[in-house]
Amino acid sequence: MKIRAQFAMVFNLDKCIGCHTCSVTCKNVWTNRKGVEYAWFNNVESKPGVGYPKQWENQKKWNGGWIVEMGRLKLRSGSRTSRLANIFLNPDLPEIDDYYEPFTFDYAKLQTAPLSEAAPTARPISQITGERMEKIHWGPNWEDDLAGEFEKRSQDANFRGIEKEIYKAFENTFHMYLPRICNHCLNPACVAACPSGSIYKREEDGIVLVDQDKCRGWRMCISSCPYKKVFYNWESGKAEKCIGCYPRVESGMPTVCSESCVGRIRSNGIMLYDADKIEAMASTANEQDIYESHLSIFLDPNDPEVIRQAREQGIPDNWIKAAQDSPIYKMAVEWRIAFPMHPEFRTLPMVWYVPPLSPVQSQIDQGRLPTTPDGCLPVSTALRMPLQYLANLLTAGKTEPVLKALNRMIAMRSYQRSIHVEGKADPRPLAAVGMTEQQAQDMYQLLAIANYEDRFVIPTSQAEQNLQDFHGFQGQNGFAFGNTGSSGANGWSLFPERRKQAVENLDSPADAAE
Amino acid sequence: MIEKFFFGAYPYLALAIFLIGSWVRFDHEQYSWKADSTQFLSKSGMRLASNFFHIGVLAIFFGHAAGLLTPHHVFMSLGVSDLSHQWMAILAGAVFGGLAFIGGLILWLRRMSNRRVRAAGRGRDLFILTWILLTLTLGLSTIPTSIHHASEGDAAVMIALAEWVQSMIYFRPDPSLLEGVSSVYKLHIVAALTMFLLFPFTRLVHIWSAPIGYLGRAYQIVRAKRRAV
Repeated sequence: MKIRAQFAMVFNLDKCIGCHTCSVTCKNVWTNRKGVEYAWFNNVESKPGVGYPKQWENQKKWNGGWIVEMGRLKLRSGSRTSRLANIFLNPDLPEIDDYYEPFTFDYAKLQTAPLSEAAPTARPISQITGERMEKIHWGPNWEDDLAGEFEKRSQDANFRGIEKEIYKAFENTFHMYLPRICNHCLNPACVAACPSGSIYKREEDGIVLVDQDKCRGWRMCISSCPYKKVFYNWESGKAEKCIGCYPRVESGMPTVCSESCVGRIRSNGIMLYDADKIEAMASTANEQDIYESHLSIFLDPNDPEVIRQAREQGIPDNWIKAAQDSPIYKMAVEWRIAFPMHPEFRTLPMVWYVPPLSPVQSQIDQGRLPTTPDGCLPVSTALRMPLQYLANLLTAGKTEPVLKALNRMIAMRSYQRSIHVEGKADPRPLAAVGMTEQQAQDMYQLLAIANYEDRFVIPTSQAEQNLQDFHGFQGQNGFAFGNTGSSGANGWSLFPERRKQAVENLDSPADAAE
Repeated sequence: MIEKFFFGAYPYLALAIFLIGSWVRFDHEQYSWKADSTQFLSKSGMRLASNFFHIGVLAIFFGHAAGLLTPHHVFMSLGVSDLSHQWMAILAGAVFGGLAFIGGLILWLRRMSNRRVRAAGRGRDLFILTWILLTLTLGLSTIPTSIHHASEGDAAVMIALAEWVQSMIYFRPDPSLLEGVSSVYKLHIVAALTMFLLFPFTRLVHIWSAPIGYLGRAYQIVRAKRRAV
């Protein structure tokens, strides 16, 4: 058993209002630079819709993620050899227009235009060529709130196996928001596809990063990520992706998208898992079973044997404690109300989603829909959104786990309603879905109240454990001219180092003593 | 005098800058070390052009290396006569040089005409591509002369060129070996050497990073901050 800790998230879609605050804060912090104007490490999609970039979920088009061939895990884009054979031109690479041509407006015109009858207008300008764009054809959130024709948004891959024509009618239409970031997968396809070996997973927290010095711009990660969350910086020629806000996370703060979420839908926490099981579980034959396999990788942070081995393998105590208090563990493993998005891509993503309830309140008020015994809450099968659609998004099409989660969320509401409205706790709805009153209270606390300290349980990184000589480390990092802050060039160099490398003695005390 | 410089000293100068320049850039500016693809901005026509260009250029490089650096007696002992060597060189040069030229020309036209690519590209991207095309053009224009030599059963020029290259390799530079060689070959040599000289200052450095090691690598990479105890 190889125990590792993973920084993970849950997004509670039931409360997402699609305000894009997450996207905007992320954009302002990380991608407001030339070459990545079009890149949104965090974006919020309206579903159903083709998304960003267009049709990202359709792996027949992009060949992203993994497949299992003769029991062995293989990237869908082919063998290592075939990737090198395609290195001069990656046939699966999206183009800028699959995202959108980044644009701004000539705002100065508003002030400098001479006096005229008509108000001056600021016209769009391409941020690539700097030339005027006659018409903007697509944007970062073109389908917002189901904008556009049904024909277009029904290209959504999650409609597979669904008789979608009936959802064309206004009365039957349905809608949800889907915020997306890099999933910091346990079995990342981008890492596996990188010919230069520049993308890596951090052992201590599982955050997936691109080594900017080592990236050679071969572009295989961009097409191999099935979530299309690695971006090509067309200015620098390097791959860039969500960095999990690691400078914040290392100091115990939530990611900037989670912190700024006004709906409090995002939770950040730690999961302990068995790294030895990754390959076997990602190779699960039936794609509808991958969700269960994924769950079986996680370790119970309260199991004394797990704690003992985790300590032995060098996981700090504050990380074990954080794993025990993890909101992610509660929602994903204990209550089973959060799911990994598109488990069939086989990357074992670590951003999990609580499915949205979609009650049709006016219909319930008119008594036209079946309700739970309390007479107020709809039953899970009478929701607006087709269950199969959610299942296609979250469990490779298997409806039972999603249905169970929705029932639990409804039961928790029904129970809370009995307390707050009837003034008398009625645990019967809970018994029907196999939940205790304590669990329902905890779930209410985490989903409905969502206090800051409950949502974000993030241990600080234990940098001091990697250092033996703190004073030697002093003054080694920080502002300098040239590349001294980078460790890209290691080993010996044509010119002597300007100063010594940061003193990071990685020998264990026992080795050092020898 | 000028011949003495270009065929006695210039090759050393160009190769020294090529090697040391690459090394310095790798040590000090790895962030700038990349293929700098513009495929993302415009893919149309690139599949043919980019593959033709890259395969052509690589084949030509290895063809030149094998043909010029292999000692004469090795060809003899392999039973390759000078004339068949020359016909092979002409054929391979025409095919792969042609591929590279067609691909490169399409890439050049794309770089000139596509607004996005032109806006995103740097001046030296266009400059080095133009220079490669010039070198290719000069190389391809040696073919008629070579065919003329070969059809008369005369391999002297080819042997002189190989001997000159080998004289450089053994640090016994002998520019006089090229005395009887037509000027189109000489221009091609100078253009090609200049390409090596320009190499470290352009995107060409990505050639050094051909990711052959990927074939033997494990899929997943995990970087540890601390050594497992």
